[in-house]
Amino acid sequence: MMIAVEGLEKTFTLHVQGGVRIPVLSGVSLSVAAGECVALTGPSGSGKSSLIKLIYGNYKAQGGRIIVRHQGRAVDMAAALPRTVLEVRRQTMGYVSQFLRVVPRVPAVDIVAEPLIALGVDRDAARHRARAMLASLNLPERLWSLAPATFSGGEQQRVNIACALVREPPVLLLDEPTASLDAANRAVVVSLIRAATARGAAVVGIFHDRDVRADVADREFRMTEARRAA
Amino acid sequence: MTEAAACGIDGVDTGLADPPLLVADGVTRWYGHRLGCRDVSFRLWPGEVLGIVGESGSGKTTLLDCLSGRLTPSDGTVTYRTAGGETVDIFSRPEAERRLLQRTEWGIVRQNPRDGLRMGVSAGANIGERLMAAGGRHYGRIRALAGEWLERVEIDHDRLDDRPTTFSGGMQQRLQIARNLVTHPRLVFMDEPTGSLDVSVQARLLDLLRGLVARFGLAAVIVTHDLAVARLLAHRLMVMQQGAVVESGLTDQVLDDPQHPYTQLLVSSVLQA
Repeated sequence: MMIAVEGLEKTFTLHVQGGVRIPVLSGVSLSVAAGECVALTGPSGSGKSSLIKLIYGNYKAQGGRIIVRHQGRAVDMAAALPRTVLEVRRQTMGYVSQFLRVVPRVPAVDIVAEPLIALGVDRDAARHRARAMLASLNLPERLWSLAPATFSGGEQQRVNIACALVREPPVLLLDEPTASLDAANRAVVVSLIRAATARGAAVVGIFHDRDVRADVADREFRMTEARRAA
Repeated sequence: MTEAAACGIDGVDTGLADPPLLVADGVTRWYGHRLGCRDVSFRLWPGEVLGIVGESGSGKTTLLDCLSGRLTPSDGTVTYRTAGGETVDIFSRPEAERRLLQRTEWGIVRQNPRDGLRMGVSAGANIGERLMAAGGRHYGRIRALAGEWLERVEIDHDRLDDRPTTFSGGMQQRLQIARNLVTHPRLVFMDEPTGSLDVSVQARLLDLLRGLVARFGLAAVIVTHDLAVARLLAHRLMVMQQGAVVESGLTDQVLDDPQHPYTQLLVSSVLQA
């Protein structure tokens, strides 16, 4: 098992808006094996993105555990120290968010090479692999040396995907990875996800595109609105 | 608090094997009856960048001055693990020993570069002085290294003999960073390093700092009121309000899912560019 979510609770309390409480997840449990791709489904507001962000350690859980297999040991992402969460992200997890958080002045190729350099790959080899990754995603070569701030949504998304996939992490978290891509690039991303599961990666994803979902997912995990259940 | 809670998870490794570089325990500073900071505790590991955020007057700079040995706390201790592997309680040591640490193993980058530079001597001398303080003696080598570092912080090599008074604010700040990093410190303290700069110059400096921190595996404590700067540079954050830490954790978690009312207010008050 690569990911084991047990009894996960998530509620937002909005102190600046009179302490309104918004329940998002209640008693959610989910296991994902190596080589398996699970698609999260359910209406918008059912907490799909929140679940992915909780597994990544981006959101803080109010209860439950999020066990991730990291370098042969079990780490609870809901309780681990910040530096442990960062180590798990660096070595074990790739996350594709819906938006690219742009770093000023850093060219696309260096953004993609950075996660490899953080793993100790030497600078030239990392850039080489980053270029190959961007090429496979059909990002025009003239963009590689530019900072992505001015890229289109689809171009930024491909930089994001390249960042997450370039180091072939054992766990992949994908939040709408194909949302702003055309059919040809969608097909590229589908084949990259299938290659990832084939080499043993555990994948949790949100895929609104039904065809993409059918092509990559081994099973669906249907989420219900916690606020209705509560 | 969170750290203590993390230690007790059954069978879950939280990765606490190696010793921390800096440990603050109950650090408190009063100015007469006025509180500077209260009961601040944390551990910082090698290669980790800690951001301290909060509005002005929240005690950020007081805390930084206590941590870097320039202001004696009213209560609490700060311990540091030296390159030699010795753990020292920095306020129980003589002033001279503290100064030696500040000159060799630490770097201190001030908000106003004029406070951290010697304005009456050349850029090269500003960098070289720090090398000599750390034991460098060979003039040619010191000058060559100073030139290398000028270029690393994106200042033209031919400005080596110019005084910092002839530099722009952004160049002065980069020179101050070169002066501090040339001796490869293990721990750097920075107080609003981009605070006095234009936005375009800020971006350049941030990019430079990110690169240097990653490349040399520096540990750093950075005080800033700018949450975007914190997000870019810090691995984890402590949020201060009225002298106390009200929330701490992984940077993106604190900013994207703030728990404390004050943190939520801070995050929701930022203008979206």
